[in-house]
Amino acid sequence: MAEALASYLPQSLAPLAYVAIGLLQCGLLLLVPFIGAMFFVWIERKVSARIQDRLGPTRCGGKYGWLQLLADGLKLITKEDLRPADADAVLFRLAPYVSFCASFAALLALPFSSGWVAQQMDVGVFFILAVLGLEVFGVILAGYASASKWSLFGAMREAAQVVSYEVPLGMCVVVPVLITGQMDLVKIADIQQGFFTNWLVFHDPFTFITFWVYFTCATASVNRAPFDLAEAESELVAGFHTEYSGFRWLAFYMAEYGSMFIVSGLAAILFFGGWNGPIPIADLLGLTTDNGPVLAWIGNLLGLFNFIFKCVAGVTFMIWVRWTLPRLRIDQVMQVCLKYCTPIAAVMFLGATLWTFYLPGGVGLRAMPYAERYLKFYDAAPPAAPATNVAQTSAEATQISAVVRSTAEGE
Amino acid sequence: MNVDAINWHTFFFLLFALFACGFAIATVVAANIVRMAMCLIISLGATSGLFFLAGADFVGSMQLLIYVGGTLVLLIFGVMLTAQGPFVSLKTGGGDWIVAVMLSGCLAAILIPAAFTVADWRNAPATKVHSEHAAQAGGAKVYLTSTAEEHADEHAVPDWTVSTTPGDTNGDGIPDAPPKTSTPIGLGLLGARVDRLQPGPAGLKAGMSGYLLPFELVSVHLLVVLVGAAYLARTKRRARPKM
Repeated sequence: MAEALASYLPQSLAPLAYVAIGLLQCGLLLLVPFIGAMFFVWIERKVSARIQDRLGPTRCGGKYGWLQLLADGLKLITKEDLRPADADAVLFRLAPYVSFCASFAALLALPFSSGWVAQQMDVGVFFILAVLGLEVFGVILAGYASASKWSLFGAMREAAQVVSYEVPLGMCVVVPVLITGQMDLVKIADIQQGFFTNWLVFHDPFTFITFWVYFTCATASVNRAPFDLAEAESELVAGFHTEYSGFRWLAFYMAEYGSMFIVSGLAAILFFGGWNGPIPIADLLGLTTDNGPVLAWIGNLLGLFNFIFKCVAGVTFMIWVRWTLPRLRIDQVMQVCLKYCTPIAAVMFLGATLWTFYLPGGVGLRAMPYAERYLKFYDAAPPAAPATNVAQTSAEATQISAVVRSTAEGE
Repeated sequence: MNVDAINWHTFFFLLFALFACGFAIATVVAANIVRMAMCLIISLGATSGLFFLAGADFVGSMQLLIYVGGTLVLLIFGVMLTAQGPFVSLKTGGGDWIVAVMLSGCLAAILIPAAFTVADWRNAPATKVHSEHAAQAGGAKVYLTSTAEEHADEHAVPDWTVSTTPGDTNGDGIPDAPPKTSTPIGLGLLGARVDRLQPGPAGLKAGMSGYLLPFELVSVHLLVVLVGAAYLARTKRRARPKM
């Protein structure tokens, strides 16, 4: 896209095209947490109202109170920016942005449709997990810099929770990576093309259970109820962000809802086929790359709607859970993590490994004999090197590819 | 297509390097211990940015996950749980300064000459290589570092460091060219050192260091033994549960 724009501009202005396109992509990504947070806050209020047999916001904006979100936003932006007298000024101001940046940076590697990703990475899953883990710094900093012991308590509890839930979360994420043989999110979702039986959640019984463990851990790691024990009692003390008001408080909220979107998107990609619908409508209509870029673009647009739908469904599910289940105590939270989620995730990991090893066909998907392709690549272009070394290593290579082939024969 | 007008690689390298160095100094200078930790976070984050810039996104993510996300959280936790009164604000004494300057001066005296004697870093025009390969790949995004490129020419290895992003023509999810980071690492774990198919350094047997998987297995085994020992040595459950 940048090249196309640069070709219209005079030679001296061409670099500006790259800057402009980069800024445009950045802005589009920024819209996701901004609009997402507003929309999800409104959904949360409506869903919670429905669950508690109320109406929810109705005043602002005629039908369904849809203007409520804008009113909320305006109120928060115009609110006075308060800071406790004893607070560490720099850290206090910085903390919300640290939280928000972590959530925003994870969007960099999250694909929205096949190939529609800001930065396609070979290690996309890994990058998202690593960056989402940084959000805890915002929490700790906010709690520490507020100069309030209640905030500090909230921060400590929340940090303990987030850090410990990353263990089972990582183990659950490894299972789809193990089955597909890669960490590139675009490819993981593209492998699940076709009917919904190809989705990894239906790959084998282990992945099905893994999804539920993943969702539990994801809910906990984004501090949603029933794991939101940072908020000792939401009306009185709101955990680590007690002292925040106005826009800085809003930044924490956008980070929370942005993270909810990201973990739901990750669940959609890893377990629910990403942008592939239950029925491959785009393929049946011929909206693929074989029929030219325009049709492929339309197909991708369909995929985008699929993906957003799955993400919103995931977030709605989290909201539903929040207003249904009671809040857990800190010891119960730790018990769920250490005594249940971690062992279950470990067993599922082992089970999925054995399943892929002995039944590579699975339900609708085959194990990816990656190494074989890799070595084939080397067979095609043998390196020019002294004979002894090559003989040694290629013997090793044949061994490996023999192992891989014998694994793949089960199909 | 005139990307050469701005040397983006150098620009971002300087930006990240400036952040890394500046906040490293700020870490030393800052008196408040939580501010020190914050400066260290930014410094380490910028270092991971340098890794991403060099095309090593696995190492960059590792840096984020282990150092920034893991070690520093532990550090802050430790500080917050233990630091009381006098230790929250640290003042470095004169003697400490002298020792620290001597030690870090020795390290810098080793590192700086070493950095400037690497020939590849001086005579490899990174941007030029970038745009040439971008033109070859039909404008697709190309990841490579200039040093990797030179090695690729030297040993006539299939230069899988130059991998275009889609790279999958028959659409089976397996790229035609090997991807650049995680697969070689994974195969290396299994003992197949795909990067050692060319002659390695003299004196090192080929595939010599490809025994990470047995090592990992042994370490997990030891962990299990430790857990078992802790289980056996635990205080026995009381006959009546404590209410």
